[in-house]
Amino acid sequence: MGTTLLWLSLIVLIPLAALFLKTTELSLDRFVRIVTSQRVLHALELSFGLSLLAAAVNLVFGLAVVWALVRYEFPGRRLFDAVVDIPFALPTAVAGIALTNLYAENGWLGRVLAPLGINVAFTPLGIFVALTFVGLPFVVRTVQPVLEDLEVELEEAAATLGASRLTTIRRVVLPAILPALLTGFALAFARAVGEYGSVIFIAGNLPNISEIAPLLIVIRLEEFRYADATAIAAVMLVASFLILLVINLLQRWSERRTGGAP
Amino acid sequence: MTLRKATRASDARADPAPMRWAVIIIAIAFLTLFVLVPLLNVFAQALSKGLAAYFAAISNPDAVAAIELTLIAAAISVGLNLVFGVIAAWAITKYEFPGKSLLITTIDLPFSVSPVIAGLVFVLLFGAQGYLGPWLQAHDIKIIFALPGIVLATVFVTFPFVARELIPLMREQGTQDEEAALSLGASGLRTFFCVTLPNVKWALLYGVLLCNARAMGEFGAVSVVSGHVRGETNTMPLHVEILYNEYQFMAAFAVASLLALLALVTLAAKVLLEQHAAKE
Repeated sequence: MGTTLLWLSLIVLIPLAALFLKTTELSLDRFVRIVTSQRVLHALELSFGLSLLAAAVNLVFGLAVVWALVRYEFPGRRLFDAVVDIPFALPTAVAGIALTNLYAENGWLGRVLAPLGINVAFTPLGIFVALTFVGLPFVVRTVQPVLEDLEVELEEAAATLGASRLTTIRRVVLPAILPALLTGFALAFARAVGEYGSVIFIAGNLPNISEIAPLLIVIRLEEFRYADATAIAAVMLVASFLILLVINLLQRWSERRTGGAP
Repeated sequence: MTLRKATRASDARADPAPMRWAVIIIAIAFLTLFVLVPLLNVFAQALSKGLAAYFAAISNPDAVAAIELTLIAAAISVGLNLVFGVIAAWAITKYEFPGKSLLITTIDLPFSVSPVIAGLVFVLLFGAQGYLGPWLQAHDIKIIFALPGIVLATVFVTFPFVARELIPLMREQGTQDEEAALSLGASGLRTFFCVTLPNVKWALLYGVLLCNARAMGEFGAVSVVSGHVRGETNTMPLHVEILYNEYQFMAAFAVASLLALLALVTLAAKVLLEQHAAKE
């Protein structure tokens, strides 16, 4: 116990405390000024906004993926099941250059999209693609065990009571996996907000246009403007803690629902 | 991700055929477009100038130095997190104490913190203008812009991996086996090594693999603390970035392909371990 606490404190708690300590060195006035400056506000909006969008896309399509993986048989199902974990295991820098190269004008996909007027690389759209990539496994892997363990009796009962397949899915299955869906969404969102490596290559990184918050933190660090960097980081950390809290509450809700299911 | 057990389909769940087709096609298209194609692109670009150029790129001295640094930093980080992850999981699942759920939440903290912020906090502590900066400089100890900083940042971001794999499993296993061993006269340490550890060996191995994959691939946190000194404080992901920014695309993808191979090996190991765990 003691060793655990010691290790935890040394590696996690004390460094994080240093961040908040540094932030308190700023006067409230200066803190507010840094955090509400146009460049910072834009970066925060971009990071949180695009992360929300990417997590939403992962919610919808992740549901399709997990449904196909759990409920259906099709050739290559095992392969695609393993594919889901690739964004989780692949280093972010590798993903970053791969996506940039793919969507650049002469890349495999950029070549197809450019004539249609769709520019992905070096635009916020590219950031969105990268954030969707990194958040992809979260919805699928969070919902998968819940969907797998869902008792077939529930759907059989609905069917014998006369419900159509669609009604059963809508009224029985979806509500049962809703907590897991939301948890996966929140996890994907949290991951996307802090993402750095996959995004900075494809982003374009133009201030007030395609600059994400983590990049702005790095820029301020390189300029030795530690106060600015810590202020932005503190805002992001507080938001992350809130997301973590929501995730924990959702998980408790989920455990209560599936734990109490007949 | 955790190891899962296999499942079977059932008749009560026969979805209408149009729905089945639509969902399968959407799922496959989504995964192919967003995951498979980028992955294949890595290898295609790495080999775009032929095998000879590929091997030349990965045996370049700076690349080799990056590979060595990555291996060393990962070995140290994974080793440390292995020991303390096991201890933490053991403390959490075999004992009751106040503040346990707080401890669990804290273990998950590095997951929800941006890697850049992880690097930032170590710069704040150990950087030249950080809290311990002057003291470190006075004693000529380099942490930021050197290996210790890289290791610290890596340990931070990979901290949860081992513990998270072990905790659900150990929780499920309960304390009966340990209680039995203790009642038969085994010492605490003997119980730990002969009863607890063998019970979780596959989950532990998987946790170590995940931890390692993440440690070797970590970019954001290491980028902030490393100083990017070519040949000295560049890990493989940082080296990839440098090569890419210098427009040496083939070389960048060549080094990146090594990391991608590591990811694929990790995933293959996961599949194997899942099969092993299912058998037991």
